[in-house]
Amino acid sequence: MNRVEGHDKVTGRATYAAEYPVEGVAYCYPVQAEIARGRIAGVDASAALAMPGVLAVLSCEEPPELGADAEPELALFQRREVAYRGQIVAAVVADSYDDARAAARAVRVAYEPEAHDVMLRADHRGLYKPDKVNPDFPTDTEKGDVAAGLAGAQVTIDVTYTTPTMHNNPMEPHATLALWNGDGDLTLYDSSQGVSLGRDMIAQALGLPRERVRVVSRHVGGGFGSKGSPRPNSVLAALAARAAGRPVKVALTRQQMFDVTGYRTPTIQRIRVGADAAGRIAALEHEVAEQSSTLVEFAEQTATATRVMYAAPALRTAHRLVRLDTATPSIMRAPGGCPGMFALESAMDELAVAVGVDPVELRVRNDPDTEPDSGLPFSSRNLVACLREGAERFGWRDRDPAPGVRRRGRWLVGTGVASSTYPARRRPSQASAAVENGGFVVRIAAADIGTGSRTALTRIAADTLHVDPGLVRVELGDSDLPYAPVAGGSMGTASWGTAVTMACQDLLRDGKQGFADTTEAVNADAELARHAFGAQFAEVRVDADTGEVRVSRMLGVFAAGRIVDATLARSQFVGGMIMGIGMALMEQSVVDLEFGGFTNHDLAQYHLPVNADIEHVEAVWFDEADGELNPMGTKGIGEIGIVGTAAAVANAVYHATGRRVRDLPITPAKLL
Amino acid sequence: MKAFEYARAADPADAVARFRPGAMYLGGGTNLVDLMRLGVAEPGALVDVSRLPLGGVEPDGDGLRIGAAVRNSELAAHPLVRERYPVLARAVLAGASGQVRNMATVAGNLLQRTRCPYFQDVSKPCNKRQPGSGCPAIGGDHANLAVLGHSRACVATHPSDMAVALAALDARVHITGPGGDRVLAMPGLHRLPGDEPHRDTRLEPGELITAVALPAPPPGASHYRKVRERASFAFALVSIAAVLDVGADGTVADCRIALGGVAHVPWRAFHAEQALRGSRAGEDAFVRAAEAEMAEAVPLPRNAYKVPLARNLIVRTLLELAP
Ligand SMILES: Cc1cc2nc3c(=O)[nH]c(=O)nc-3n(C[C@H](O)[C@H](O)[C@H](O)COP(=O)(O)OP(=O)(O)OC[C@H]3O[C@@H](n4cnc5c(N)ncnc54)[C@H](O)[C@@H]3O)c2cc1C
Ligand code: SF4
Repeated sequence: MNRVEGHDKVTGRATYAAEYPVEGVAYCYPVQAEIARGRIAGVDASAALAMPGVLAVLSCEEPPELGADAEPELALFQRREVAYRGQIVAAVVADSYDDARAAARAVRVAYEPEAHDVMLRADHRGLYKPDKVNPDFPTDTEKGDVAAGLAGAQVTIDVTYTTPTMHNNPMEPHATLALWNGDGDLTLYDSSQGVSLGRDMIAQALGLPRERVRVVSRHVGGGFGSKGSPRPNSVLAALAARAAGRPVKVALTRQQMFDVTGYRTPTIQRIRVGADAAGRIAALEHEVAEQSSTLVEFAEQTATATRVMYAAPALRTAHRLVRLDTATPSIMRAPGGCPGMFALESAMDELAVAVGVDPVELRVRNDPDTEPDSGLPFSSRNLVACLREGAERFGWRDRDPAPGVRRRGRWLVGTGVASSTYPARRRPSQASAAVENGGFVVRIAAADIGTGSRTALTRIAADTLHVDPGLVRVELGDSDLPYAPVAGGSMGTASWGTAVTMACQDLLRDGKQGFADTTEAVNADAELARHAFGAQFAEVRVDADTGEVRVSRMLGVFAAGRIVDATLARSQFVGGMIMGIGMALMEQSVVDLEFGGFTNHDLAQYHLPVNADIEHVEAVWFDEADGELNPMGTKGIGEIGIVGTAAAVANAVYHATGRRVRDLPITPAKLL
Repeated sequence: MKAFEYARAADPADAVARFRPGAMYLGGGTNLVDLMRLGVAEPGALVDVSRLPLGGVEPDGDGLRIGAAVRNSELAAHPLVRERYPVLARAVLAGASGQVRNMATVAGNLLQRTRCPYFQDVSKPCNKRQPGSGCPAIGGDHANLAVLGHSRACVATHPSDMAVALAALDARVHITGPGGDRVLAMPGLHRLPGDEPHRDTRLEPGELITAVALPAPPPGASHYRKVRERASFAFALVSIAAVLDVGADGTVADCRIALGGVAHVPWRAFHAEQALRGSRAGEDAFVRAAEAEMAEAVPLPRNAYKVPLARNLIVRTLLELAP
């Protein structure tokens, strides 16, 4: 189905957060910390306040009143301590954006710097075991005797992989427009992946009852997780508007986004595998070192996919975290699984090479009957079918496993495979449905961040009501609508769709209107292992003289429940795979060891794939019938596309060159 | 962005007359305006020279005269350039994106500033931006900075692709200014950083580039090749403009090699050229030439890859050009 808001978007009528026209709006520009750790001795705003158009300067000199339990990244101007370079330490409100920016440069902040530490190391003395990893997984798991399994194995692999810091970089920069009315009610036009949670967290930060806050986010130009919970810009706009007594816009620059909107933690991952001569795994261990800030404990669930993937009598996973003088990492597309599966699926390739078994066959041989760590049955698992179908379509059968022997002109050519997986969960949600003006209106505080969820929900409602989708209008992106969870964790459609289906069923009963709250239904879900699976195949060519890598073709085969809409699904799968190619070959935020923060912070220096990098990317899928998921039978498709891509590319690079690159991204420098 | 005055010059003399300390000339603005937004450039006045009567690509004796205000896209598409100086057309098309090339001018391209990340971040020291403040790139992020001709004060590279081709083609840069007209021969427009990294070029304040003149095309086959991690819209890790003329006897009659991404200037590989001239065209000679050039390289810890990369690129490009 075409996107219901597609016409509005291509004709420029879709309004994004920073674009709402408001009378008398003022602009706020942040002042960012120029040290990575230390104290603010003083903020001298006198020069800035004397500049044209300046209305107010906010800083810790006069801490604005906030709620007592504001999330630390949102608790602006409360403390003199600096937690990371780029942290917002002051802000200027002025009549125009240019005036605010010019005055922000004139704010003098005096620092008492302290020595900082911004580098993740495997032997960091500060590494500790967090109580849980995101969102609520056990930090460590252990089953069987890993040491004995490794000791008794005929073949062992012991390798360490690293992934760098990566930034989400959605197309639309984070932006907020804040308006207070005379009664002290706040409306925020925000770029958000979840207005209900956003409203709750902003109200909490400001110390307001949630009824006084409304968050509106009708169109969002991508988020990839970076807009899953409010970032400082949301609270900053509210505080600035309060200080200026006028509506205020905050529109972050791309450079500012690198500092204050979150990023994917770098990881150091050690994998040990022991197997018999046929490649059957006896023991598997996955240990992860990763980072968070000194402000918030954010523990990425990097090794959790390893608990799901392969049959291993002995299986251990562990996460260790170190708190650095950095911004808090955050969710980025397929948190956990994306970096974790780069390591696991690279290691599987190394094992395949070591035992001389075809890497597709190796994965098939190690496919488990039940979830390896928990022992729970799978609601459905079709990894083997994906691998086989992909191998058939990709022309895998005649593959010569020898590395570094295929040449096409100046190019070395190779192919690689990797598995994908992502959890299929759902969260409680509400929705309402009503007959209005001869049609149907569905209301839910869901988000459409460019994925097409408005369209998918329209279709789900129309299917339930047995009417043409043209008769259904979905209203979303407003926290005054029935409560809904964020667009994230590949749970959006599953969670919202359940509520929309049930609300529409209620409407069918009532004839006029319907309402649903799925809390009970979701909590009653049987304990099962619910995951989507996939297989990714890549063909790369590597310039023998320069180490340039180009991906000639990619194929992803997915088993992700019922696919609600083929057009939307394809763009999610293919988009994820393209993002995975970026992760494999170019994405990297370079940590500035001397000053803190990052040295690259714009799209000229932080490289994402461009059209010329994407030659043939194809996604196909099985329509899985899984009755243990939700009324639609869906598993979520937003994230699995990026999981495994980087490993498939890295494995193909090995096949092409004989060089195993274990540190992403795979740049020419690493292949020369 | 600091407030500034803006004036559109009527002709080159008017532009020079309007220039005063703190002013800058404005071409397409694709680099300068970015730097103004970042606070790296803070001109008190802009003298817009993008619409001066300095357009046109015209035959000039055996060569070609290219107006300083010619847009990059026009230059790359011009039939005379494509026919007679394909290495220049290729180099220009290897740079930036279609949109940027539509705005960018020839003079602006030559005078674009380095992409060193510290230079572009006013919250950090940088000798080029703030003389005497230090060079954090040497101990920090220099993965894409210089391996040749750098100094203890600065290890930046010049980012232009076009300039690499112009250096190989012996282009001459026509200049007018408060002190009169003069000509600088490429690669001599740009300078090595030495103790004064804030000076990218040999231009004096107020000097205006009016044209670039190309001598007759050098005989032989030519190529421009740019290495980068993504396929388009990225600055070079290393690039090469090469022209090779092999005589009937199989020896190298003439050759021109210039490298991008390795130095503070478009780097003319004179040592390699010298080693090649008169020698028998073939892999042995090409390897010797590449090694002669890169022998001088002093890589930093994180850009050592550029030395084998440049070497391989020289050899491969010459092999492709050899008959
Ligand atoms: C995202 C991005 C990617 C890019 N990628 C590449 C790339 O891959 N390869 C590449 O080569 N380039 C690349 N560029 C740079 C681009 O080529 C330059 O920005 C452009 O050529 C500058 O030309 P301009 O006319 O816009 O110069 P301006 O920005 O107007 O000026 C640049 C400088 O030249 C001076 N100037 C302008 N005209 C004159 C004159 N007539 N006489 C004296 N001084 C003058 C100005 O004062 C200023 O200092 C990229 C740029 C961007 C934004
Ligand atoms: S290399 Fe040059 S431009 Fe970069 S920081 Fe050092 S002095 Fe500045």
